[in-house]
Amino acid sequence: MAATDTQTKGRVRAPLAPWLKGTATTLLSICVTMLGLLFVTFIIGRVMPIDPVLAIVGERASQSTYDAVFLELGLDKPLLVQFGYYIWDVLHGDFGDSLLNARPVSEDIARVFPATMELATLGVLVGIFLGVPLGVIAAVRRGSWIDQIARVVALVGYSMPIFWLGLMGLLVFYGILGWVGGPGRLDIFYDDIVPARTGMILIDAALARDWDVFRNAFSHIVLPASLLGYYSLAYISRMTRSFMLEQLSSEYVTTARVKGLSERQVIWGHAFKNIRVQLITVIALSYANLLEGSVLTEIIFSWPGIGSYITTALLSADMNAVLGGTVVVGLIFICLNIFSDLLYRVFDPRSK
Amino acid sequence: MTDMTLRQWLLTDAPTSRRHARLASFYKGWLSLRSNSMAMFGLGILVVLVLAAALAPLLAPHDPFAQDLSNRLQPLGSEGHILGTDSLGRDILSRLIYGARITLYIVALVALIAPVAGLLVGTVAGYAGGWVDIVMMRITDIFLAFPRLVLALAFVAALGAGIENAVLAISLTAWPPYARMARAETLTIRSSDYINAVRLQGAGPIRIITKHIWPLCISSLIVRVTLDMAGIILAAAGLGFLGLGAQPPSPEWGAMISEGRRFILDHWWVATVPGLAIFTVSLAFNLLGDGLRDVLDPKEGGQ
Repeated sequence: MAATDTQTKGRVRAPLAPWLKGTATTLLSICVTMLGLLFVTFIIGRVMPIDPVLAIVGERASQSTYDAVFLELGLDKPLLVQFGYYIWDVLHGDFGDSLLNARPVSEDIARVFPATMELATLGVLVGIFLGVPLGVIAAVRRGSWIDQIARVVALVGYSMPIFWLGLMGLLVFYGILGWVGGPGRLDIFYDDIVPARTGMILIDAALARDWDVFRNAFSHIVLPASLLGYYSLAYISRMTRSFMLEQLSSEYVTTARVKGLSERQVIWGHAFKNIRVQLITVIALSYANLLEGSVLTEIIFSWPGIGSYITTALLSADMNAVLGGTVVVGLIFICLNIFSDLLYRVFDPRSK
Repeated sequence: MTDMTLRQWLLTDAPTSRRHARLASFYKGWLSLRSNSMAMFGLGILVVLVLAAALAPLLAPHDPFAQDLSNRLQPLGSEGHILGTDSLGRDILSRLIYGARITLYIVALVALIAPVAGLLVGTVAGYAGGWVDIVMMRITDIFLAFPRLVLALAFVAALGAGIENAVLAISLTAWPPYARMARAETLTIRSSDYINAVRLQGAGPIRIITKHIWPLCISSLIVRVTLDMAGIILAAAGLGFLGLGAQPPSPEWGAMISEGRRFILDHWWVATVPGLAIFTVSLAFNLLGDGLRDVLDPKEGGQ
């Protein structure tokens, strides 16, 4: 395909060159962005009012111990060199040790991260399976009651504090109705029954074929996941609606209708097909936003994920843990952004 | 001048002076905004909020800080406390009213800092072009690539908890979209004929940016700021809820929810009422923002 393109222009060029150049630019900008992320967290760590040496050795350490740790941390070197050390460490997955439990931060993050991923993934699934059809129907029946409902749903989603909605959900569905499990991932009774293979309890329980644990875990995750799902639904349905409206007003849709295609074929076979790429980028973005939105949700539901981890560390001034968590969330955020950008480029023929 | 003639004067097709033309276009915009009932509803809520904040000492039935331990956790509608009392016996209604001041304070500060910073970066980058543009936009992208709340958390961790630091942290995460927008506008304006004409008359870059580019960026900026206000309120409340924004005993709404959280199952109203207040205000900003967008920026309209 690329070969015919170049031939029609009348000049023969290496067909791969623009693509290579594009990839190189993207890779370079990824590196710069990640470097920037690390620089910001590095600076935050340096302007902190907490003395990193004192935090390790304690108040009553002798001057010689203090100096030894000071040298060990490389604090006598110029800032730029320290930044170099920092990048080196992060590239090797070393975020330093947590001041609270003296364990490597990277180990802690690896332990808590699956919980967040489980929650966010389930949330985004809820958002996709409800939000996409809602957006499509709202666009097709523009101005109808279902369009109005979709609008209100989105508006409320944009205006409601997520932590408050979570509290209200707990109050109603756990406190009053008793339909769902309370805060936490499992009832204490079910703790440590299934072996942790993936760290995601639903999957672990399914692998161990322990359906009691599975049911219990599900009753705990259903509320926070629907809550996060609601927020991604608000965003996804709005975007789906505007993408669909754009397609439905274009001429090929009219042509398809004139040809006598059924409305279903026009909508799902023609118009929807053309918004798939845009939708995937939107979904990737809302997944990234969910990782962030889960910070407050995790606090409300005592969910032992990365959001709780960062906040707990923050309140106890455990700076290595805070920065490590920030870097990890930031990196994933950037990767998802780039991923959606790449998908767009690969699948949308217009951008080639 | 009677009301009728004033209206005619404002709706004229042939304005007699620059001020006249400006007032006329402002009036037309207001008329079309007024026909949008949802936007007016939002505006009404915000007017009530501003009035409540301004007249707090007159409106509040009690001192928002006065504790009365014998009267703690009174339910809704109890005598003298329409919205009940919190765990220290403080009147929730009075705290809500005083909390409006904090909300407005945060919103106003962020609305002053972030768009202005974004406008500055965006227009300078767009007008200067070349490596200035590349460097500034790369920095913008870096900040844009950060998850907002997490970055704000890290900043507050470094700066220490408190309202001012929360404002700073939110502003630091809020300016990049404005910079992008201002740059895009600048790029289209920069090459237009009238800018060339102004330049030929001898205007320097500073004059061109401040007098000729900024005024054209303002309207889309206002729309964006109004729509962003909801997110800013939610972020500030979130920081307050985590204990990183306003500190107790300050009646900040997010912090009030956080206090009420401990009693949520038995005394639900303590956390519910401030949440409703946050919801109402950010809904109002969203409604008004939608309306303003239709008036000021018809291209972007979702309808």
